[in-house]
Amino acid sequence: MQQMLSRKASFNSHGEDSSYFLGWKEYEKNPYHEHHNPSGIIQMGLAENQLSFDLLESWLAKNANVAHFKEDRGGSSSSLSSSLFRELALFQDYRGLPAFKKELAALMGEIRGNKVRYDPNKLVLTAGATAANETLMFCLAEPGEAFLIPTPYYPGFDRDVKWRTEVQLVPVHCSSSNQFRLTSLALEEAHKRALKQKLKVKGVLITNPTNPLGTTMSKDELNHLLDFAISKKIHIVSDEIYSGTVFDSPGFIGITQALLNHKKVRVGNDIWNRIHIVYSLSKDLGLPGFRVGMIYSENEAIISAATKMSSFGLVSSQTQFLLSNILGEKNFRKLYMKENQKRLKERHDMMVSGLKSAGISCLKSNAGLFCWVDMRHLLCSNTFEAEKELWEKIISEAKLNLSPGSSCHCSEPGWFRVCFANMSTETLSVAMQRIKAFADATCKADQISYQQALYSSQKSSLNKW
Amino acid sequence: MKMSMLSTKAACNSHGQDSSYFLGWQEYEKNPYDEVRNPNGIIQMGLAENQLSFDLLESWLENNPDAAGFKQDGDSIFRDLALFQDYHGLPAFKNALVDFMSEIRGNKVKFNPDNLVLTAGATSANETLMFCLAEPGDAFLLPTPYYPGFDRDLKWRTGVEIVPIQCTSSNGFRITESALEQAYKQAHKLNLRVKGVLVTNPSNPLGTTLSLYELNLLVNFIEAKEIHLISDEIYSGTAFRSPSFVSITEVLMDRKLMDSDVWDRVHIVYSLSKDLGLPGFRVGAIYSNDDMVVAAATKMSSFGLVSSQTQYLLSAMLSDKEFTENYIYENQTRLRKRHEMLVSGLKKTGISCLDSNASLFCWVDMRHLLSSKTFDAEMELWKQIVYKVGLNISPGSSCHCAEPGWFRVCFANMSEETLEVALTRIKTFVDSITIPDFHHHHRSRKSLTKWVFRLSSKVREANDR
Repeated sequence: MQQMLSRKASFNSHGEDSSYFLGWKEYEKNPYHEHHNPSGIIQMGLAENQLSFDLLESWLAKNANVAHFKEDRGGSSSSLSSSLFRELALFQDYRGLPAFKKELAALMGEIRGNKVRYDPNKLVLTAGATAANETLMFCLAEPGEAFLIPTPYYPGFDRDVKWRTEVQLVPVHCSSSNQFRLTSLALEEAHKRALKQKLKVKGVLITNPTNPLGTTMSKDELNHLLDFAISKKIHIVSDEIYSGTVFDSPGFIGITQALLNHKKVRVGNDIWNRIHIVYSLSKDLGLPGFRVGMIYSENEAIISAATKMSSFGLVSSQTQFLLSNILGEKNFRKLYMKENQKRLKERHDMMVSGLKSAGISCLKSNAGLFCWVDMRHLLCSNTFEAEKELWEKIISEAKLNLSPGSSCHCSEPGWFRVCFANMSTETLSVAMQRIKAFADATCKADQISYQQALYSSQKSSLNKW
Repeated sequence: MKMSMLSTKAACNSHGQDSSYFLGWQEYEKNPYDEVRNPNGIIQMGLAENQLSFDLLESWLENNPDAAGFKQDGDSIFRDLALFQDYHGLPAFKNALVDFMSEIRGNKVKFNPDNLVLTAGATSANETLMFCLAEPGDAFLLPTPYYPGFDRDLKWRTGVEIVPIQCTSSNGFRITESALEQAYKQAHKLNLRVKGVLVTNPSNPLGTTLSLYELNLLVNFIEAKEIHLISDEIYSGTAFRSPSFVSITEVLMDRKLMDSDVWDRVHIVYSLSKDLGLPGFRVGAIYSNDDMVVAAATKMSSFGLVSSQTQYLLSAMLSDKEFTENYIYENQTRLRKRHEMLVSGLKKTGISCLDSNASLFCWVDMRHLLSSKTFDAEMELWKQIVYKVGLNISPGSSCHCAEPGWFRVCFANMSEETLEVALTRIKTFVDSITIPDFHHHHRSRKSLTKWVFRLSSKVREANDR
């Protein structure tokens, strides 16, 4: 039967065999529950934002009409609601609900401290950032062409960017030696490597703030990237879905701002046509189930093509309407973002200090829903096999599902992405206790095995030293 | 901005949106009819929407506020829905949807929710199936005339080709064995590997359900050629008259083919856009007995998931069996009346329609109004109808019809009053172009032949089922 299906359907090129997804499956077999299953696996591999639902729910309670297809238009609500339901039921225009795009553009501007203004007409709505990223690849690259991508990166990109588009991803290696910052050298090296593999590079895909690092890109990094894209005449896709989760300084500088501030670039430079932003409400607003993503670009040809392609993944008009109302209340919007960031910071700090007391450090981060955790000292050897062993032990003994750096294509073993915003503080506490216990036990075990080796054979241990 | 900056997909016109199907739409948007505000505007008769039964949906919503209000038994489930992005879909929704599909098929068929994949509309479902079943450059055979959107949905990003199975008015556009074989040969002449056949049943634009004879032909054909069959059954709930809708599944079961290879090669596409009139909510589905297709399509649905907010609302609605039973019946009754109104109205003008029993449109015979038996003449006539008569109808050429002079005219996307206006306009137009006597005789002879043929085809259909 296999040859009856396409290669795409038959292969593993969807990338869903990586440990990123396997850990998820382990969790599903034995999920932690405070009361029903207190010894189950705690899910720390899911970058969800569960911290601010109460704010959304209280808004919904105060504005119950909106969910019921009613709007404050004045006049009799029942007759208006019937025309509104009808209008929405029929609304499948791929240009999107104008009111919704207006609020999204405003939200994006606010997230950037209103230093940038976005035009709702240059926004394309898609069913989630997953659809946005794939659509951009279809628009920017032929099958077989490549995009450069800094490592470590979100494991889902292997599926989203490559699978049906047949676009290649060439990693730009970043290392802990400089906190995984993107350098010109690394970009050039990756580009050379792509050319050696006879791959035509069409652009660079960055995630800013970065997943899995949790850091915002610095001005220098962005300038290096822009210089690179200008000189090679290639595109930049900037996935800014975590832009609203920046909870600490330095603030967020998006690609648009970076370009505006770039000393050598004049308005009207062609690079403006090669910058494309991806955004979504899945992380900032914690609404992954509603499938709201978008592409922003100054390139009209891209907007036109992407708009037509969005037919394959439009946002439900029911959802567009609800969210245009929630986001349409400017005060609520501002209050939400501020409070959400405050809570994220608290959670982040709790995790960082919890890990610290376990002797584990994190990459210094100011955004995202996770920490990039350094467990190199817990590896029995500086290898990815050891990292896998450690990961398996953490699942089976510490009963925590974390994402190993190898699943994010990290070039160095020993780093793990650990999420903090998808559980209660109590559960996070439990998780921190378990990590501490695990780390202590591992160190002790290392000590014990050392002692044993020492006693068992003095000569060999002498050699080891 | 160099064109080479974009992919060929983004740059070229293969999205098919320059066909008259879309151009007529654009003309309508410039000058849309409104009973009060623009009574001389263009009446939209090119949009296959079902606007006849919203009152039923709205009264259900009024009586069941929990469904739209994110509540279950009075408790808020907003959080759970907001986080729900599982590409396996909301179980309650899939269960309700397969039950609804069964109901539409007179409960002669039972579907397994595990074999159902939810997608953002049938547009997404069809494209996804192409990605799963064919390589770029492979071909699918489609009976003409067919839905213009297929040129975009099936071909654009997938690289799959469509080879037409030419159907003609000589036998009511029924699929014949020779037409199938001819299309297959044609594909080979073009060096295209045929992966399957895609039919729309009930047919768009014909408005007819496939006969048992045609369905059996198709099964024989795909068995012999060892290829797939996709049955797009999005209009299955709109069959309003006998002969009743027969699903391809029924035919396979009657022939006891459940354990055969063919069983795994038949895939159904469904959607709530036509039966329930909810195109804005983006609810589509793929049903397949092939586990690998289901597995691959499920992962691909990540690029177009259905909003969880919408899944929940509709799961509640479709789980209400009393509601669905009444809805299906009442909706079909209203469609039948509307259809009758259009057919008899056209008949008074001397215009006949293909005898049809389903869908939201009629396949109208205007061959006698052509100045010559050419597609140029059809375009001339179409332009007159759009600009002079003020009706946007779809010319057969946009549906790849092999013969000029046929038009698809929708009847379910407007009020009765508007339909009356449209019919009056048509009558005025036809009267104004009535040609002198000897042509008149010629026309009536033609229509006599049509009537005679139709009587004989009725006899054959009675024998089919």
